[in-house]
Amino acid sequence: MSVVRDRPARLVGRALVRHDAVEKVAGRTRYAADFGLPGMLKAALKRADLPHARLLRVDTSAAEAVPGVASILTAKDVPENTVWVDVPGQTFQVGALKARANVLADGVVRYHGEPIAIVAAETEDAALAAVELIDVDYEELAVVTDPRAALEDGAPAVHEEGNLLASWQLHEGDVDAAFGGAHAVVDQSYETQFVDHAYLEPEAGVAWLDSGDVITVRAATQVIEHFRDLARILCVPDNRVRVIAPYVGGGFGGKEDMTVEPFLALVVQRTGRPVRMIWSRSESLLAREKRHPMKLRYRTACDAEGRLVAQDIVIVADGGAYALLSALVLLYATTCAQGPYACPNVRIDARVAYTNHTPASAMRGFGAMQVALGYEGQMDLLAAELGLDPLELRRRNFVERGDTLAVGQRLDTHVALPELADRVEAALGPKPAPSTPERRVGRGVACNLQPYGRCVWLNDWASAWVGFELDGTLVVRIGVPDIGGGQASSLVQVAGEVLGVDPADIVIHIGDSALTPLTGTTTATRQLYMSGNAVLQAAGELREELRPLASELLETEPDDVQFADGGVRSGGRHLPFRDLIGAAAKREVPWHRLSIFRAPGGEAWRSDASWRGRVFPDFTYGCHAVDLEVDSETGHVEVLRYVAAHDVGRAINPQSVEGQIEGAVVMGLGYALSERVVYEDGVNLTGTFAQYLIPTAVEAPEIEPIVVESGEGLGPFSARGIGEPPVGAVAPAVAGALADALGRRLTILPFTPERVAEA
Amino acid sequence: MTLELVVNGRRFREPVEPHVTLLHFLRDKAGATDVKYGCGEGVCGACTVLLDGVAVNACSVLAVQAEGARVETVAGLGENGSLHPLQQELVERGAVQCGFCTPGVVLGSLEAVRLGLAGDRPTIRRSLAGNLCRCTGYGKIVDAVEAYRDRQGHAS
Repeated sequence: MSVVRDRPARLVGRALVRHDAVEKVAGRTRYAADFGLPGMLKAALKRADLPHARLLRVDTSAAEAVPGVASILTAKDVPENTVWVDVPGQTFQVGALKARANVLADGVVRYHGEPIAIVAAETEDAALAAVELIDVDYEELAVVTDPRAALEDGAPAVHEEGNLLASWQLHEGDVDAAFGGAHAVVDQSYETQFVDHAYLEPEAGVAWLDSGDVITVRAATQVIEHFRDLARILCVPDNRVRVIAPYVGGGFGGKEDMTVEPFLALVVQRTGRPVRMIWSRSESLLAREKRHPMKLRYRTACDAEGRLVAQDIVIVADGGAYALLSALVLLYATTCAQGPYACPNVRIDARVAYTNHTPASAMRGFGAMQVALGYEGQMDLLAAELGLDPLELRRRNFVERGDTLAVGQRLDTHVALPELADRVEAALGPKPAPSTPERRVGRGVACNLQPYGRCVWLNDWASAWVGFELDGTLVVRIGVPDIGGGQASSLVQVAGEVLGVDPADIVIHIGDSALTPLTGTTTATRQLYMSGNAVLQAAGELREELRPLASELLETEPDDVQFADGGVRSGGRHLPFRDLIGAAAKREVPWHRLSIFRAPGGEAWRSDASWRGRVFPDFTYGCHAVDLEVDSETGHVEVLRYVAAHDVGRAINPQSVEGQIEGAVVMGLGYALSERVVYEDGVNLTGTFAQYLIPTAVEAPEIEPIVVESGEGLGPFSARGIGEPPVGAVAPAVAGALADALGRRLTILPFTPERVAEA
Repeated sequence: MTLELVVNGRRFREPVEPHVTLLHFLRDKAGATDVKYGCGEGVCGACTVLLDGVAVNACSVLAVQAEGARVETVAGLGENGSLHPLQQELVERGAVQCGFCTPGVVLGSLEAVRLGLAGDRPTIRRSLAGNLCRCTGYGKIVDAVEAYRDRQGHAS
């Protein structure tokens, strides 16, 4: 059923003001830490002082004597201390991707900052004082911090089962033969670093025991479906745990795994009292999951025309001390490692190792970002080898609709790369001259592909409830966590579009695992695609249920009824929704609808080299270009200009799309130029924002987002996801521009002034 | 010790420990949860408030230093429930995403405009350097401050 007829869009495609923006700018939004209950305890964590050690003794007696301390919990107090990490959200069991982590360290700590004990006290001061008094005797163990070293025989074992966390292998065609007959070959290694999400809102939450013995956790999270993980930890039925996600102060993947939730829920279960936990910034930088560093080796061959004939790729990723989402991150890296370029012969050996670093997990770009430094670096090197313009070489290799990636996934929808490249080239104009003779200007381009939506074999689904009130206003209920990307307001636009309701007359209730229909995680650039389709479907079905009644009341044919202007219309007659819904209530015609949207499914990849098939629903493509100026003496890099083009299928809210692109570009520039979590033998030395340098408004350049709407995508109104895609192309574009300016390629991120000056 | 100060026109008289920051006092004792904790070290600017009219990071001021002072937070802006013109510009230009930095951005840039530190776009960017934002890439915030500054110019 097509729910959208051909007519001018009323709300979709317009830069409508987001309802949440008004509340946020007035300071009225109650984020996780802004909420409280009378008599609530304040909780804090005792964290490991060492990156790898046996816990000989954890003595809490002195801490318990601190006035005001209500409860201290260690591993033995946790009903089920082992968390089985599946993929968060509503998945079926995927055996190959299961891994374990501990709620509280049990016998061994494996990374600096690993939680050992929870203290709950009447005041924050008492909780922090008690944490200081927890006495831990450690027996230091050998530390392994390099993922390659971790995979060698005799390396210190982070886990008894060995340090290989996950591995994906792929071999399509005959790579060795293709290298033999190649016109040109480039062979280069690249390295990416540990990166922090650095959202402005540190991890926080409040939990309490609600009626029905339901432990309720209101926390900053991207995943309300963690109520199930909490139930396992607490050993209570799933329906006795509720997770509420208020508007979140930034996520970027860092609030995809649980943060404060298990600790809060455990204190509630133990004490029966409400409790709040807020992580400090240094705690967040110290111990919350990071982006996977990857060591990449690319051997790439092309023919005389510059067409790729073979890619031989080795990826070794640092997964840190626990598995979390490493296996999936590596899968994304493997699938996307060839880039948006056709290549008949591809061999990929991808492994992720345990080390004694902070666990690595989800972050915007999710593995597909790290490999872009490699595949785009190779395109630049080949272009130089052949004397071709870098963008021209890329044009000769772009994948097209109907092509099949090495993994076996056929590209079914429009691939806008040629158009994106043209648009970027047209926007650039001539390369600027250096501002002083000592400086050099460089230009770089990079393209990328990023999936939107989860792996098809996770059988993803999303549900939404759309209904009228008797006064004709509209309500949307949906379990979407809004992490700042306009997730909720886009759904208001979709519902309003389908039903002809002004956004001012729509209220959306979000992010409550007990009261809003589950719609899955705000991760994987899936939310507009999934929850958008769920709302589209629910609103469309509701409209069709009301249509016969509307046609009767308007005395017209059903097909002549339009849903517009806050009511139903036929010719000159208009009936407001208040009257239509009043009639529906009397006539027992439903005036609300719960619908489930199911993404296409598929067979699971079992990590053998011969598996071929569909991995993702679809991809979003991008082309970026940057002009920058380098002071080769100081290594200072100034970004002069940035152009970023993406095909978003259809922009539901063009302003929100631009916001995603601009924000991702600046995040990517931080990754490229300044951001790095620094460790020394596993000890995390990066504890403040004065050390971890995200770009300020001064470092951020003027950005020109180019939004292309091909009209093809799997989301509502043919939208594609845009949350993650724009972050991937930034670092390789910067690398290309630096190589253009310096005549030498930097391959180890980030490109700090020291490294640039030494280049 | 007892601290007396005025927050958004409301007078508070509260016992306070000497080590408590103004940020903690505002959030926990004065109910001003619109003042955000982002880093606690005076870098991110999420806790920006006006202390006797001057923008400060509330995390880097002790509560007792605000004795007798007049504190304004973002919730105190605007009249009769309507938004301040700068807030309006931020909303209309899409400069608010997750919104966590926004209260600090509003107060920091208001002061920049008032002090004449919001000239061309690079100048506006410099004046925003004390307010970190991880979502927007800053461009739309600069747009909003620029538009507000122009409105002020026409008004005066």
